[in-house]
Amino acid sequence: MKDGPAVLEGQHFLLGDHACAEGALAAGCRFFAGYPITPSTEIAERLAHRLPEVGGIFVQMEDELASMAAIVGASVAGARAMTATSGPGFSLMMENVGLAAMMEVPCVVVNVQRGAPSTGLPTLVAQADVMQARWGSHGDYEIVAYAPASPQECFDLTVRAFNTADQYRIPVFVLADEVVGHMTERVVIPPPDAIPKVERKRPRTAPGGDGFLPFQADDDLVPPMAHAGEGYRVHFTGLTHDERGYPATNAEAHDRLVRRLVEKVRRHAWRIEEYEESQLEDARVVVIAYGSTARSARRAVAVAREEGIRAGLLRPITLWPFPGERVRRLAERVGAVVVPELNMGQIAREVERFTHRPVLGVNHAGGAMLPPEPILDTIREAATR
Amino acid sequence: MTTLMAERHPSDPLFRADRLPHIWCPGCGIGPAMHAYAQALVESGIPLDRHVCVSGIGCSGRVPGYLNIDSYHTTHGRAIPFAMAVALVRPQLEVAVFSGDGDLFAIGGNHFIHAARRNVDLNVICINNFNYGMTGGQVGPTTPMGARATTAPYGNYEQPFSLPYLAAATGAVFVARWTSLHLRQLKQAILRAMKKRGLTFIEVLAPCPVGFGRPNEIGDAMEEMMLYRERCVVDHGAPLAALDIDLRQRDHPIVLGNFVDIERPVFDPLAMRRPAPEVEDHAPLARKEQEG
Repeated sequence: MKDGPAVLEGQHFLLGDHACAEGALAAGCRFFAGYPITPSTEIAERLAHRLPEVGGIFVQMEDELASMAAIVGASVAGARAMTATSGPGFSLMMENVGLAAMMEVPCVVVNVQRGAPSTGLPTLVAQADVMQARWGSHGDYEIVAYAPASPQECFDLTVRAFNTADQYRIPVFVLADEVVGHMTERVVIPPPDAIPKVERKRPRTAPGGDGFLPFQADDDLVPPMAHAGEGYRVHFTGLTHDERGYPATNAEAHDRLVRRLVEKVRRHAWRIEEYEESQLEDARVVVIAYGSTARSARRAVAVAREEGIRAGLLRPITLWPFPGERVRRLAERVGAVVVPELNMGQIAREVERFTHRPVLGVNHAGGAMLPPEPILDTIREAATR
Repeated sequence: MTTLMAERHPSDPLFRADRLPHIWCPGCGIGPAMHAYAQALVESGIPLDRHVCVSGIGCSGRVPGYLNIDSYHTTHGRAIPFAMAVALVRPQLEVAVFSGDGDLFAIGGNHFIHAARRNVDLNVICINNFNYGMTGGQVGPTTPMGARATTAPYGNYEQPFSLPYLAAATGAVFVARWTSLHLRQLKQAILRAMKKRGLTFIEVLAPCPVGFGRPNEIGDAMEEMMLYRERCVVDHGAPLAALDIDLRQRDHPIVLGNFVDIERPVFDPLAMRRPAPEVEDHAPLARKEQEG
């Protein structure tokens, strides 16, 4: 059989997990290290087949600790690198997520969420890793997390995850869920020249000179990145470090570094944040939903409209940074905010930080998709207030 | 009397001189081992820009930061998978993992055995000082039976690893053990490791007078070094099962040498998509099996 191209241009009927894999290939990912875990395994299987076709490297590691360490290593050597996992594996990756944040090494982690905590419901959906994605590794840092609601978005947002990771030199998550990962739908893959590509910022001086400091940031707070073997003789460490990359274990250096790591994302949050709005112009009740739950919410809003309730939907595409400013402005004029999610109220809490009043949560711990009916019931209840 | 003051040391270009002095205690064996590695970097004939050194956490994990080459000080235990990826993405680079016994064989033990099984093209240099030095002398997976540590105040009751035996059993293609007193032999072993493709393993026994010597009443650094000097026996052909270290018995030798030097196919994720390998690739293994 002939090898497939890196960008599988055309219309496909694709599994969400497979669409993540194709998105990675289209984005130029040429290194994947992972460990089998339901419900993300199809991503590894697809890439085990597809990466060698395009000269890329697939390694099935001994565990998720190694998987995460390996993609950070691949990235410092210059590759676009990714891993994919689900809850328990995501927990194991957290220490090296922090390493990637501290060393400013771009990489992409797909987490296809399943029922949790612990082993939980390996084959069934949940959306309960939202806060772990934000705060999972110790310390202060900022990441970006995309929440796809369809196989098409699994493709599109995986591409975007690589670009965002390279632009800001951060780990980026694709926070999918089991329903989206195991759903098969139409996916349109554009031609290679239509795939957006943001290049990693690279040193502007030749190696060997004194001019290049590997952790000296530009005005955008992002330092250019030199790769292993290029002659810049860089030192990367998870210790607090100065602009040379040398350990600098003191209060001043620590505050300077951590502040920059946080600020480089916060300052650009307005560019990173993405959301989709529908029927919000005249809405009295706004539903805020993401991932597979947004699909049910869309239906609930449509039925509510048929019943004469002025309902609308805000679907965050980036959960982190959270589009809080948009929520704040909405909350000023709508009557009620409904937040359905397959967890005990994780994004609801984030929403309340911006509404400054309680929202109506529609919560289930997971195991099945949240159907439209309980969301609709809550919209009706909200409309009577 | 005149004072002679050297402005520069011949090895200065090998180190980040602006980072010195280093953090290690007086009498520590890591510095000499680092110097042997630095000498090997030069004598390897491979340009310094093509050498990469990766470490985990601990006293030995600080080595890459002092070397004037591309260097990565990663998380505790994870140097090997990190380094593996660097070696796979840039196969033209000569990648070493320089770390300690606790880092590589306690928290990171799983990665070592799998890297050895796969025969990843890495040179693993392990400083074994029989304890966790950086955290103040705790018991580790190489602490000899009976030895005292802050977390083994009555003496260690766990069987330690024999690292060369473990490395050989899990597939390393070159396995050696030297001490930080055997610098010429150590440098030669590192050079041999750099010439070999696949996973090589060199254990360097190193004094830790503060973390290990003091609680075990070995005395100061000089006396710990004397212990190695008196007990060490070089025997390249020693049976791998007889390389255990027991400091309680004065007549129990510490066996040093280059114990294993074999050929095995090197880890290559694209191997099955390349044209069939030539038969000679497997010949040394097959011959050995016939002889056995």
